[in-house]
Amino acid sequence: MKIPQLSLFLENRPGQLGHPCRELANAGINILTLSLADTQQFGILRLIVRDWKRAKEVLEGAGHVVNVTDVVAIEVPDRPGGMAELMEALESASINIEYMYAFNYRRGNDAAVVIRFDDPDAALAILQKAGFKIVSSTEVFDNMAG
Amino acid sequence: MTSGTVISGPRTDADLTLGGFHPASAPDFLPPSVLRSLQLQRLRAIVQRAFDRVPLYRERMRQSGVTPDSLRSLDDVQRLPFTEKTDLRDSYPFGLFASPMSEVVRLHASSGTTGKPTVVAYTREDVEVWASVMVRSFAATGVHRGDIVQNAYGYGLFTGGLGAHYGAEALGATVIPISGGNTDRQIMIMKDFGVTAICCTPSYFVHLIERAAELGVDIKSLPLRIGVFGAEPWTEAMRDHIQASSNLKAFDIYGLSEIIGPGVGIECECQAGLHIFEDHFLMEIIDPSTGLPCPDGVEGELVLTTLSKQAMPIIRYRTHDITAIIPEPCACGRSIRRIRRIGRRSDDMFIIRGVNVFPSQVEAALLAVEGTLPHYQIVLTRDKGLDQMEVQVEVTPEVFGDTIGALERLQRNLAHSIENTLGLRVDIRLVEPHSIQRSEGKAKRVIDRRGETK
Repeated sequence: MKIPQLSLFLENRPGQLGHPCRELANAGINILTLSLADTQQFGILRLIVRDWKRAKEVLEGAGHVVNVTDVVAIEVPDRPGGMAELMEALESASINIEYMYAFNYRRGNDAAVVIRFDDPDAALAILQKAGFKIVSSTEVFDNMAG
Repeated sequence: MTSGTVISGPRTDADLTLGGFHPASAPDFLPPSVLRSLQLQRLRAIVQRAFDRVPLYRERMRQSGVTPDSLRSLDDVQRLPFTEKTDLRDSYPFGLFASPMSEVVRLHASSGTTGKPTVVAYTREDVEVWASVMVRSFAATGVHRGDIVQNAYGYGLFTGGLGAHYGAEALGATVIPISGGNTDRQIMIMKDFGVTAICCTPSYFVHLIERAAELGVDIKSLPLRIGVFGAEPWTEAMRDHIQASSNLKAFDIYGLSEIIGPGVGIECECQAGLHIFEDHFLMEIIDPSTGLPCPDGVEGELVLTTLSKQAMPIIRYRTHDITAIIPEPCACGRSIRRIRRIGRRSDDMFIIRGVNVFPSQVEAALLAVEGTLPHYQIVLTRDKGLDQMEVQVEVTPEVFGDTIGALERLQRNLAHSIENTLGLRVDIRLVEPHSIQRSEGKAKRVIDRRGETK
């Protein structure tokens, strides 16, 4: 149920983001979704790609530091309060969120969030019990273009 | 006896005359033959003391087949083994002491080449000698009784603060023991107290000039007339800038804690090289690669032997400071010889805000946090006269933790580790792997851009 995500360390200066994207493009690897966290000095580029093992090799070969982290993708009910309910379920179980970002994973309006938890297994158990739909890596990979 | 009795006698009008001969300077004018025979007499005594009381010296002398009584001339000093900074580190903390603790009245320490500091000791007599060479230093620059001396060298383990303090006080000047830092208060006191002489690092004085301008204080209108600047190398261009931006005359002072602290040498009113107090410090210039002596006038590494230090005699200390003996006599008439101002070193040590730093110390600090040594580079810059040190560290897969929080924690841990080792706050910049240039596989560890700005 967990999805492997690649994280790259980048210095915060012009042109730094283009380099890994070009490396992946040259290797024919499509980026399914991404997010960028940044501070004044540096940033972390987080990527979800289908062939993450090969992508990691390509990026490391190009000189990047790459970290593989398991994240959890959760479908968010497409109505007011959908996100709030998800947060409340996590809060009541004292589950801490390191970071999160949203993406569309199917045609239409269905939205999902990718969340990095301290303890993804505990989070998964709580969310499944509360009735949230966990998006599997196959679903992410198959339902998104590429 | 206190250091105050080094100069005795009532204050006279003559003492207040600027630029006049100061009685404390008398030893600076010894006839050369008398000076050389005094040096030899003291050298033999100090080498005997080191041999008798310090196992490391005795062992080294035995190995090289020299005995104290075989020293017949000053040139014989060349037969003695060198002492390195690492010898002080290896004997940490008290291994080179020649006096029992009951006779040691003071300890100071400076940063060592790795984690541990270098400890130095003084007997009461040593403290008095130190004060006397500092009195002669101040006197050479024209400081006298009636001067108000703002001592902005750091007080503490660093020798700068207390060294200048004892000297200025023994001279009879009025000392303000303000220590370093708190720039706005420094400027207020300088102005309100009518300070006439200041001691600090030259870069800190440049900072004071800039801050005074921001505060609307016109340094040129103050009675400040003498600056005694040291603890770091500085250029003639910096002297021109300081003297043009303030009305003071800027003097270079030289010293190192291993030998005594500040007061090993000083510029006189001629500002043409630093007179070494040769009656207490025997100087040699050697070729740093061969260890062989250089003739006068030829540039090489300064090697110093303490001629009177009781608690911790130091024999042929490799300063790694590159200079040359100036063979010509000085226009001031002093017979003690001069060396050129020090601009560079023969090792990778650098000085920042008066603190000696070796890249190996930074390495030890990085290693302590990361477990393995990352590629790093030290970048030195100067901002408004203040030295800044940034350590760029390449992020490795082992420490890259995916979250911003983890990276910031790493940054903080590295900064703390370095601060603990050096006593200096530094900026840490995390950089991408392979972004630090390597030449022949080896990174250049220190990039010094301080000369690019004033």
